[in-house]
Amino acid sequence: MLAIEAENLSKKFGDFTAVDNISFKVEHGSIFAFLGPNGAGKSTTIKMLTTVLAPTSGKITLNGHDVLKDPNEVRKNFGIVFQDPSLDDDLTAYENMEIHGVLYHVPGNEMPKRIEQLLGFVELWDRKNDLVKTFSGGMKRRLEIARGLLHHPKVLFMDEPTIGLDPQTRNHIWSYILKMNKDEGTTIFFTTHYMDEADKVAKEIAIIDNGKIVAQGTSAQLKEKTKANSLEDAFIELTGHEIRHEEAAPNQRMRMMRRMRR
Amino acid sequence: MNTLTVLWLRQLKKYFRSKARIIGSIGQPLLFLVALGFGFGPIFSKAGGGNYLDFLVPGIVAMTILFTAIFSGIEIIWDRQFGFLKETLVAPVSRYEIMVGRTLGGATIAVLQGALVFVISLFLGFTPNLMMLPLAIVFAGLIALFFTALGTAIASLLDDMQGFQLIMNFLVMPTFFLSGALFPLTGLPSFISVIAQINPLSYGVDGLRGTLANATQFGLPMDFAVLGILTVVVMGIGGYLFSKIQV
Ligand SMILES: Nc1ncnc2c1ncn2[C@@H]1O[C@H](COP(=O)(O)OP(=O)(O)OP(=O)(O)O)[C@@H](O)[C@H]1O
Ligand SMILES: [Mg+2]
Repeated sequence: MLAIEAENLSKKFGDFTAVDNISFKVEHGSIFAFLGPNGAGKSTTIKMLTTVLAPTSGKITLNGHDVLKDPNEVRKNFGIVFQDPSLDDDLTAYENMEIHGVLYHVPGNEMPKRIEQLLGFVELWDRKNDLVKTFSGGMKRRLEIARGLLHHPKVLFMDEPTIGLDPQTRNHIWSYILKMNKDEGTTIFFTTHYMDEADKVAKEIAIIDNGKIVAQGTSAQLKEKTKANSLEDAFIELTGHEIRHEEAAPNQRMRMMRRMRR
Repeated sequence: MNTLTVLWLRQLKKYFRSKARIIGSIGQPLLFLVALGFGFGPIFSKAGGGNYLDFLVPGIVAMTILFTAIFSGIEIIWDRQFGFLKETLVAPVSRYEIMVGRTLGGATIAVLQGALVFVISLFLGFTPNLMMLPLAIVFAGLIALFFTALGTAIASLLDDMQGFQLIMNFLVMPTFFLSGALFPLTGLPSFISVIAQINPLSYGVDGLRGTLANATQFGLPMDFAVLGILTVVVMGIGGYLFSKIQV
């Protein structure tokens, strides 16, 4: 059985196609990196995989369950760390953890221990009773990650989990996730803009650009295919040098700007 | 703890932490009580209506509950903007359960807020029938549940706060003013009378007035039946719309 299978998945926002007929498979216990430039459609894809957004067309199976037909069952199988903030700023760090634990059915007698362990792990235990709105950006991010790791799902989605974190913290967190993957066979599906990170941990990589998957394989295969020395070079080779505007029609807008300058 | 309790507690914690909100939201009812209660009191009793404050207080308590409840329901829009809504929407629990937990939390706050105004009114000279207080709390609870669920239903259809002013001016305000909260529903022009009779809040105001001030127009069983049925219906609709939210 596959952990994730997406078939001909598309998402349109009005006329604009954010995800364009993509298909991919993720094996159980794999660590799958979903890479692509800004606005490529990574987050949109993750939202569709996790029942937050309905696809325009296509089929998704998660752990054997049809995501569109059986969302409630699917939600029992995954955990997610979103790219955008999703904490309640008016509650304390501990309360945010606790709500998550209850929603995800973490047994009541295990909860305090697990919360202490994870808040300790991201070095927020001494701030546990402070309101989240008093936290720095990096502290909020660490709390989001700790919360995402509180229960142990079969599939863990992480949308740019390490964004804005210092290298020490990134390594620290990845070692925890890799251990979870090894000990419990948790399937990891993540996105990142740090190519070294993807190179180090991913067993399989898909590269998406303008809503389409342009390459897929191991890091070695992608480097070989593009005759590049690093994953970063391979990535740039595959997706081009142009900087992405988060805009429906990027080319048109750049042309317009050039004309205005003349 | 279960889903309902934890989401209910969340609302209460947030409520008790924002003292400014508690104090801010009793300002308006207090102003209404003082200005209208003492301002119209003499005319009201001269016209044979009796003690206006006794008439007015149940209406203002209902108003307080209405505003707080709608606002609690609408809060979903903030949760959506600040992202917390996503966290609950992907959780492995039924979205109906989440909606009910939130609604119970919002309704509890609305009842507390109404109780606060009720207590203040005692100091202004309101003399309620305390024997009926438990029944009054039931009516307060129904008003609160109905309008929190209504707020939830509306908020589930909105993406941002832009429609909020529209809802306040074209739904909440008319609901309040045309409910019999401020004036008796007898001898009115027929179109206002019709509106008042299809206005759910009329039955809430009447229920509160019937229990606290011994004066009812529709009769308490009727008030209870109408509000009870509408509350169940709106909870159902609100739950359905909430379960369809995409973020
Ligand atoms: N709700 C929405 N309405 C309209 N367009 C949207 C919406 N959500 C996303 N888009 C558009 O879809 C495209 C893909 O967005 P998405 O968030 O999936 O990108 P991404 O690959 O995650 O980018 P990043 O690396 O910047 O996070 C973008 O062009 C974005 O503007
Ligand atoms: Mg993204």
